[in-house]
Amino acid sequence: MITIFWVTILLIAVTMGLSLYRGVVGPGAFNRVAAMNIIGTKTIALLVVMGYYFERPFFFDIALLYAMINFIGTLVFAKYLERGELWS
Amino acid sequence: MVIVHGVVVVLLGAGVFFTLVGSIGLLRFPDFYTRLHATGKCDTLGGGLIILGAIIYHLFQYPETLLVPAKLAFLIFFIFIANPTATHAIMKAAYKTGVKPWRLGEERR
Repeated sequence: MITIFWVTILLIAVTMGLSLYRGVVGPGAFNRVAAMNIIGTKTIALLVVMGYYFERPFFFDIALLYAMINFIGTLVFAKYLERGELWS
Repeated sequence: MVIVHGVVVVLLGAGVFFTLVGSIGLLRFPDFYTRLHATGKCDTLGGGLIILGAIIYHLFQYPETLLVPAKLAFLIFFIFIANPTATHAIMKAAYKTGVKPWRLGEERR
């Protein structure tokens, strides 16, 4: 059973590498912000699986915090790119 | 126990499949809107399925601690609300700043 978690970790890491190509190459700021949001969502699933692979329960708290930080960061980037400023 | 492990393996495999398909869509589609159309749904469902498999594994492997499955269920709830909202916010910002949708015959960008 622990092998399945290891394979899942490897495959999620491969998909994160595929998304990182769009984050590095992709034309314009919007493609890069969207790629970072998608990598953050994959990171949440990766942290949950890693919590079972290493048998450390505190990875789930880190996953919760990372979900909230990823959401807020993406919203702030979207608002900044839309308005050109953050406070008005 | 073998049946539970089989269900967990199927859920993790389905989650990885959807995540992989979303990433291929992010690489291959020609436009910003179509790329987000591919990944905004596939990534949400893939992450939800992977965490659902983790919940079922935890409920049958460590049945004495019920706080961790509650945390993971809240995580699924949060992802299913927050990820489409973030995708919609980026897309609306791109539309308001004048990113044109791709039409047939144009080059990729």
